[in-house]
Amino acid sequence: MNATLRNLLVNTACLAVGVLLSLGFWSMLSATVAKELPTPAATWEVAKPYIVEPFAKRGEQDQGILRLVGYSLGLVAKGYLIALIVGTPIGFLLGLSKGFARVFDPIVQVLRPVSPLAWLPLGMVLFLSTGRQALENGALFTIAICAMWPTVLNTAVGVRAIPQDYLNVGRVLKLSRMKMLFKIMVPATLPYMFTGFRLSLGIAWLVIVAAEMLTGRTGVGSFLWNEYNNANYGNIIFSILTIGVIGFILDRLMSVAESRFKTA
Amino acid sequence: MSSFLEISRLHKTFPTPKGPLTVVKDFDLKIRKGEFIALIGHSGCGKSTVLSMIAGLSDVTLGGIILAGKEVTNAGPDRGVVFQSPCLLPWFTAFENVMLGVNQVYYTASKEERRQIAEYYLSVVGLADAMHKRPGELSQGMRQRCGIARAFALSPKMLLLDEPFGMLDNLTKMELQDVLLDLWQRDQKTALIVTHDVDEALYLADRVVMMTDGPEATVGEIFEVPFARPRDRRALLEDPAFYEAREHLLHFLNHRSHERPARPEGEPPAPKVKPPATGLRRFMGALAAA
Repeated sequence: MNATLRNLLVNTACLAVGVLLSLGFWSMLSATVAKELPTPAATWEVAKPYIVEPFAKRGEQDQGILRLVGYSLGLVAKGYLIALIVGTPIGFLLGLSKGFARVFDPIVQVLRPVSPLAWLPLGMVLFLSTGRQALENGALFTIAICAMWPTVLNTAVGVRAIPQDYLNVGRVLKLSRMKMLFKIMVPATLPYMFTGFRLSLGIAWLVIVAAEMLTGRTGVGSFLWNEYNNANYGNIIFSILTIGVIGFILDRLMSVAESRFKTA
Repeated sequence: MSSFLEISRLHKTFPTPKGPLTVVKDFDLKIRKGEFIALIGHSGCGKSTVLSMIAGLSDVTLGGIILAGKEVTNAGPDRGVVFQSPCLLPWFTAFENVMLGVNQVYYTASKEERRQIAEYYLSVVGLADAMHKRPGELSQGMRQRCGIARAFALSPKMLLLDEPFGMLDNLTKMELQDVLLDLWQRDQKTALIVTHDVDEALYLADRVVMMTDGPEATVGEIFEVPFARPRDRRALLEDPAFYEAREHLLHFLNHRSHERPARPEGEPPAPKVKPPATGLRRFMGALAAA
């Protein structure tokens, strides 16, 4: 047996042990302390129609799980994109200009710890004039503003960490400002930027549940909330697992992209 | 013969927590066109500071540097700099690193011509087969070869080398010294190398400038290297004159580098002040200087 195969088997076995232990603990909880908590088997029963037909559309809220995930991912993608487009230049300015950092760094530090739940009402107020779109725009605003900070801060740190040697090369060659920015500064900052992008994506996905719960926009988050209201408690657990798995996959994908750029 | 580079009463003062520290004081030097100068001194004496002021990477506190009739106020591609660490941009290949400079200097040439210039210099330094590799895939010596190619490809008025071979093993060092001499002879450049290696200075230079110890370092003595060019390393090592010269330089470094020669009184001239940047220019300046 070769080493990689053995490694794989060991890892799978460990994973199985972890899952079994968790399921055991869960069963024990629902059998003893929390009688309302569905057992793993009961959860599987309620969740089954959503998994077996992942793309079914039976009604506005009654849809296959992947379809629901798709709606949520769509919204996250938009909000995340806005976060990157706005956050990266702000990070660059914070890193480049001492004056800009002095003026705006305190504001960033104050706004950064604010919860998505707090931003959402403000977002909806901001977009009240857009009528029926207000909910969606408010949610986008919330995702964008919460997801932006890691990108802003990591980019700023990256810009400050550009080695003086690289900048000297640019000065000796008398590169134009644009060339200096795009041939030297951006590539030198890229690894930091990607760390920020990855953390930002994690937060954007975290915010989606809150945003959907409060706005009622169709997706995994609102599904979770509706099923709570419908007393289908099994689907709460099912939604949580789905959100976790999707978040994990997104993070893996980003870390692959990140390592690509690190070697560059 | 008139001087190509004229450094007069150069001062460099750094602010420190204990007040200003004058690292270089009253540094005078005249270099003829096509001359190869080596600047030696103890580490930390300020030789690299002098070089980076000539390169325009460090501001002149007092005094002046005039290169080909123009005062040096800023960095520019008319002075090719070879840094101690080769300072290649790791996201570009060796070829792209050289092209970055070539594109700046030969902006009127066609794309094909620029490519040929970069390829020519990369081949001369021995990187013909590795020019499309990134610095991460190159050895330390190959990176420095690329650094030399980049400096020469700019077709600069002057070459400035800051301990370019300090981080290399002896064998690679000797190879690269020959590469450097070869290119220098082909292109007839004026060159200044900062080094603490006495043998290197004697092998490469026409004159060796010995600096006194810092702070307030200055020119202690200038030694004319008597060996004819082209020089042969083996013959040089058998020449008793080489050992005499070597002994002379080492004696200076070991015994006399702390003596400051007498200097004229009076204030040296202040350097030309750059016009203060305003508005957008200042913002963009922050981009570059950050």
